[in-house]
Amino acid sequence: MAVAQPTAGAVPSQGPSRWAKMWKSISIVFESRIATVGMVLVLFWVIIGLISLVWTPYPPNAPEFQQNLPPNTTNWLGTDHLGRDLLSRLMVGTQVILLKTRLPWAGLVFPIGVAIWGVIGSVLVGAFLGLNAGYRGGWWDQVTMQFLDALIAFPVIVLYLVVIAALGQGDLVVILAITVTGAPGVARLVRSLALDIKTRDYIRAAETRGESPWYIMFVEILPNARGPLLVDSMLRVGYAIFAIGTLGFLGIGLPPPDPDWGTMVNEARKNIFTNQWAVIWPSLAIASLVIGLNLFADGLREELTRYQK
Amino acid sequence: MTRTNGKVPGGPVLSVEDLAVAYKIRGGEIEAVQDVTFDIQRGEAHGIVGESGCGKSTVTWAILNFLGANGYVKRGSIKFLGQELVGRSGEELRRLRGDQIAMVYQDPMQALNPSMRLGDQMKEVLTVHRGLSDKEAEKRCISMLERVYMPDAANVMHRFPHQISGGQQQRVVIAMALLNNPALLIMDEPTTALDVTVEAAVLDLIAELRRDFDTGILFISHNLGVVARVCNKVGVMYAGEMVEVALTEDIYKDPQHPYTQGLIRCVPKLGSDKASSTLYPIRGRVPPPNNRPPGCVYGPRCDYVRDHCREARPELRTLPNSVQVRCHYAEEIDPSQWQPSEDILPPKIRQNGDQEEYIIQVKDLKKYYEVQGSSLKDVIGMGEPRYVKAVENASFNVPKGKTLGIVGESGCGKSTLIKTIIGLEDSTSGEAQFLGLDITGDLTTRTEQLIQELQMVFQNPDSTMNPSYTVGQQIARPMLRFGTVPKNQVREEVVKLLNLMRLGANYFDRLPRQLSGGEKQRVGIARALASRPDLVLCDEPVSALDVSVQAAVLNLLLEVQAEYGTTMIFIAHDLSVVRFFSDYVAVMYLGQIMEIGPADAIYALPYHPYTEALLSAVPIPDPSAKQKRIRLEGSVPSAISPPSGCRFNTRCPRRHLLPDGGKICETETPPWQEDERGHRIFCHIPRETLLTFEPVIQTKERAV
Repeated sequence: MAVAQPTAGAVPSQGPSRWAKMWKSISIVFESRIATVGMVLVLFWVIIGLISLVWTPYPPNAPEFQQNLPPNTTNWLGTDHLGRDLLSRLMVGTQVILLKTRLPWAGLVFPIGVAIWGVIGSVLVGAFLGLNAGYRGGWWDQVTMQFLDALIAFPVIVLYLVVIAALGQGDLVVILAITVTGAPGVARLVRSLALDIKTRDYIRAAETRGESPWYIMFVEILPNARGPLLVDSMLRVGYAIFAIGTLGFLGIGLPPPDPDWGTMVNEARKNIFTNQWAVIWPSLAIASLVIGLNLFADGLREELTRYQK
Repeated sequence: MTRTNGKVPGGPVLSVEDLAVAYKIRGGEIEAVQDVTFDIQRGEAHGIVGESGCGKSTVTWAILNFLGANGYVKRGSIKFLGQELVGRSGEELRRLRGDQIAMVYQDPMQALNPSMRLGDQMKEVLTVHRGLSDKEAEKRCISMLERVYMPDAANVMHRFPHQISGGQQQRVVIAMALLNNPALLIMDEPTTALDVTVEAAVLDLIAELRRDFDTGILFISHNLGVVARVCNKVGVMYAGEMVEVALTEDIYKDPQHPYTQGLIRCVPKLGSDKASSTLYPIRGRVPPPNNRPPGCVYGPRCDYVRDHCREARPELRTLPNSVQVRCHYAEEIDPSQWQPSEDILPPKIRQNGDQEEYIIQVKDLKKYYEVQGSSLKDVIGMGEPRYVKAVENASFNVPKGKTLGIVGESGCGKSTLIKTIIGLEDSTSGEAQFLGLDITGDLTTRTEQLIQELQMVFQNPDSTMNPSYTVGQQIARPMLRFGTVPKNQVREEVVKLLNLMRLGANYFDRLPRQLSGGEKQRVGIARALASRPDLVLCDEPVSALDVSVQAAVLNLLLEVQAEYGTTMIFIAHDLSVVRFFSDYVAVMYLGQIMEIGPADAIYALPYHPYTEALLSAVPIPDPSAKQKRIRLEGSVPSAISPPSGCRFNTRCPRRHLLPDGGKICETETPPWQEDERGHRIFCHIPRETLLTFEPVIQTKERAV
């Protein structure tokens, strides 16, 4: 179609610096109000988590106060059934989700939280399976997709229970559970992208150079799938946080001692008629972070699919 | 046909004055079209030509109020039958235009609803707009289909769009557009998606309808030849402005605006070749709408530019010979005195001499694809396997340093043939040798050295480059992979190639989205050359480019060939381009090579009947040329069960020259009739008879 479109025009031979380029790609977020709101929500929780690493109003696990207090001047958000400060527990609750992963048997603490590792896991596994299914086609495609469809057919909760029953509780197990349940979705997305991208001429060019299938899949196809994949991962982090909440609520989530939002809801549920606040705050925390990630992903998708200036 | 709707007699059907259309974009707006003025009288076909992005389609969308959410008419007026269209609300516009403007788009498959029967779609036009009864509407539809020469019209009414061919679909769309007897018919590239023989038939139809119906036609095309065949008046658009408006005869004979002159110079004339003629591209590129130069928009690319042109914007003015032109110095410019400036001077072609050493030899090469049937037997694998016979018995040799052109309509197997040669597909049977090495298998069976020697240039500039990597990385990749260049010299070598492509070192770090179509195509060529191959296969390398860019890319390929002595196999559907570029030409039909030989022999008597039909269908940008009119009947048969004997026998217009109406064509495979120059024709009709045909095209200068 002969629609006049603005083009990049003359670009100076000396391109802008690396930082300027990075800032330019980040600034796309601010083009969309939705994405900006989402990013503010997410950043809010990330900053809260970072602060909690060095400072909380009170120790999160110490029962120092009267039980089941409503919000007041000492305990801004109130206290729970054991007399622990809710604000401190809520702040620390961010850590296991977004900032750290604990391996108690090895005595190690890794950076980056359980939800994010879970999503990284599902993207790695999903991309591998999806690229093979999409690019190679034929039997690879049939077998992989049938298997993944069978996996999707299981209710997610049942899968969680199976994984945790088999491997026991722990951060690593939750990561594994999120990976297993998330990978089929990522694989489907990557497969459909690969099916589209593999028809392009530059893939033919790579084939006529005699490149190996692995090179074509990971070097030629995958970088061009990064936009949709990034947006999808954002949404998945939201789902993962939700899943961790669900697991905590069922009592099989992230193990103590660190407080976890889902577990907080579960414990406070028993006293819901005397103290609603202990249920409301962690629920709000989960909801706001998930909504933030969803808005961020939606806004980003809108901006990425819009034609470039 | 009687007119039922009261149209004002006299006065133009459509008159557009000083039209400017703008689109709002992120952070501002751009004026896509500026100051366009033209009018269309009843029974007149007004063509608009121009390269992509110059605003042709935007003009039609403005007329139809299809500009989309972010487009609007900024200035000017559009009067339809004397009534102003600009500034009215959607409902008012609908009432004003009523059913009197019809539109035909480029792709008929998108204009027709795939889930409705053709008859129902057509009838709807009449029952909704005119309130005719179903029976009445059906009768009108059938007679209209017959009017556009649709074979078996009554039957077509009950079919679905996918059950008829592309050319027939476009006929249905045209019939549908004419059902309401519109005062204005807008056609936006109506034949661009069609094959050349089908295109010719549709153009004949449009030209005829213009005479019979008293309708004004606005005809948009990028192809000068197509416009010459249909229109009586042509407007040339450049960068959103109308730069010249003239009668069709005048514009081709005596173009006034330097841009029009440049356009005509950069298309190869049918029958001219690289030895006797040169193509002169227009330097530079069309400025983007948000970055147009001050003064004359064409100034930066014009050979006659003066200081005044850079300061003052020329107005569209009428010359004494009633040609309208937007140029300050139109009277002083004499195109016959034109000399190409240094930067667009084409390469000097070194004759590689007549080497008898063949680089590639192909004999009886076949490529069949197995097709899965849908019966139960087929599903469980018991059915008879059926094959698409994509390439049948292809035999040819290409001498070192020469070019073989392959022409044929879509689906004739030309792409399959080169995919088989390069190894993207393996061959079913036959022999193929490259410098004595067997190349019948696919890429997995070939050695690294062999893979390196065969490279390919692709058709679509937008998908030829990986959007994630810079130009430099993509050209460097083949060098690194094959180790043709030491690692520390790769950058140097890439820059050398970029210079050969006339791009320059500053393109090294650019991403594909920062390049224009022609530039991307040059990078694609550079990438193919990076491994220093001996044979480059070009799959329609210029067909997606604008004509001025096309000329530059063709010249570049010639230069590459002269520099490296590369052998090329060149596929195109444009017969003039193939003639210009190739030393040898093969004409393919339904998987079979019909005629092959030196390029000049293919385009001169004797012709194979199919070649003759192809040549007579080519649109020529010269209204004074006399072209023989041969139109093929029916459509290309299925390659699963091709006709027996000669594959062309079902459509051959010359078969009746043989005894028994050409019975032999159905029963026996034709012989190869070869002359002493290696020109071979695959036909039963004796060479002597073929020689008695008239030449297809006669112009003042030459007969083809």
